[in-house]
Amino acid sequence: MAGPERLTKTVPGNEGIKQKRETMFRITLRKFMRNKLAVAGAVVIFIVVLAAIFAPWLAPYDPGHQYLLDKLAKPGGKYPLGTDMLGRDTLSRLLYGARVSLLVGFVSVAGIIFIGTIIGAIAGYFGGIIDALLMRFVDVVISVPSLFLLITLVTIFQPSLTTLIIVFALFSWPGTARIIRGEFLSLRSREFVLAARTMGVRSSKIIFSHILPNVMGPIIVTATLQMGYVILAESALSYFGLGVQPPTPSWGNMLQDAQNITIMISAWWYPLFPGLMILLTVLSFNFVGDGLRDAFDPKSIE
Amino acid sequence: MITYIIRRILVSIPLLLGISILSFLIIQLAPGDPTSLFLDPNIKPEDREAFIEAYGLNDPVYIQYFHWLWQILHGNFGQSLIMHGIPVSELILGRLPNTLLLMVSSAVLAFIISIPFGVLSATKPYTLTDYTVTTASFIGVATPSFWIGLVLLMFFAVKFPIFPSGGVATLNAPFSIWDRLHHLILPAFVLAASDMAGLTRYTRSSMLDVLRQDYIRTARAKGFNSRKVVYKHGLRNALIPVVTIVGLIIPSFIGGAVVVENIFGWPGIGNLFLNAAFQRDYPVIMALTMISATLVVIGNLISDILYAIIDPRIEY
Repeated sequence: MAGPERLTKTVPGNEGIKQKRETMFRITLRKFMRNKLAVAGAVVIFIVVLAAIFAPWLAPYDPGHQYLLDKLAKPGGKYPLGTDMLGRDTLSRLLYGARVSLLVGFVSVAGIIFIGTIIGAIAGYFGGIIDALLMRFVDVVISVPSLFLLITLVTIFQPSLTTLIIVFALFSWPGTARIIRGEFLSLRSREFVLAARTMGVRSSKIIFSHILPNVMGPIIVTATLQMGYVILAESALSYFGLGVQPPTPSWGNMLQDAQNITIMISAWWYPLFPGLMILLTVLSFNFVGDGLRDAFDPKSIE
Repeated sequence: MITYIIRRILVSIPLLLGISILSFLIIQLAPGDPTSLFLDPNIKPEDREAFIEAYGLNDPVYIQYFHWLWQILHGNFGQSLIMHGIPVSELILGRLPNTLLLMVSSAVLAFIISIPFGVLSATKPYTLTDYTVTTASFIGVATPSFWIGLVLLMFFAVKFPIFPSGGVATLNAPFSIWDRLHHLILPAFVLAASDMAGLTRYTRSSMLDVLRQDYIRTARAKGFNSRKVVYKHGLRNALIPVVTIVGLIIPSFIGGAVVVENIFGWPGIGNLFLNAAFQRDYPVIMALTMISATLVVIGNLISDILYAIIDPRIEY
């Protein structure tokens, strides 16, 4: 971001530049707002994030307290969304679970984007042997089915919140790196990069201040889509008891009891709500990601 | 063409070597002494030493790696640490056919269901039909597959017992194709479900691209009826990228197989892998990681070769 700011100070007529930057943002926003599904997704995400932040004030009960007399209570009445097999209030657990699921999502995605962007940028910008080596490494990691890798690593290091985040961040970045590399590859021979190089700007500065701002679109889109992936992956690991460990509620581990067919039949509402929350949240992130991709795409119809 | 295929196969060899290094190193990350997991803690020190020596656990890591690589090149994946003495290759070979059967049926099912929907969606873009198909496929992508599996299991195997709830065949019953199919339908559908959504969207965009081409307009202008243009001129070309994607969905199929096999008690490599991971049966984990990654590489290879064969515009 430092680059354009300095430009506005030295080049006369900076208002023009500033205005142009603003209209770019507005064009993107306008395109995004036209996509109704994406806007709906953004609203849902906003609500879920707010619910997660204010969980302690919104939750009617303590999420860990076991009301043993009210096991598997039906939704409605005392417990708006019923209780689980230990008599814990489902609504309260969903609210606190949102915190955990979103935390795992945000932190892992931050890690994925950080590593993926740096590796992708280095490979795409320098090219040659560095690119070849890094991309062959990416090929190797991508070839191993991700669930295999995740299950192996989580069982080796004992499942916990921290393990999950580290494993996601360390082994899910190759896809992102590929995308970022492609962007850098096409940008590195453009005139503004050549100009900067001719003027003797350091490589690290060209990468981060000159090229990176132009790649923000794909980065944001990838990050949004990765959120959905991580939330789903956490729930899949939770199905095997390898996700966030109880008693800490996450949407994934709330579904763990759904494996019990008698519960599925006698108390259908209990696995239903966490499943719906995962579905709704992942769906929203995917809608927003798709909407952003179209909005950032200069070729898409305005 | 032949040279292209040979070159493409040669390029996969370093990739497979890389994968073998990764599968080997991950296990080396494991903390703790492997002997403590498998041996009786009261064992005599000499016996413990003998065990370590037998498995080469005292050698430097790279020696262990080359030793392991040399053995797997000869088809020897070692012996299971948990099920004493049973060769890993025997365990895997016994289960691989089940998984391949499941994966192939799922792939067929996924294509049969998603291609018509994708075409339907593309021929009527931005209509209610298109939005319904698109939304449904978005929902399909966003739903945890084990959840779909459990819900279907509950409805179609427990509440309304149309299908069996698990296994590959009825126990102690004579072999019958119908019985096998009957057991296959539900798991194959659940495994297919996770990729149907992506395939539908892929078919739709490929079809939309083709229908925008000049030759389609020419065909229409010449007075061919719309159906013929769409199916004969459009679909054939739109399917080129769709068919080649078959190799690219293998990774998600293998991951999905772990979940589906667990839900339906399907005795395949997914279940074998899961048990091995929980019991830290390292030779089995390494072998399965290696084999599944090899399947992925072969899938990519098939995709590329299919592409070269089907699309005459590409020259190598």
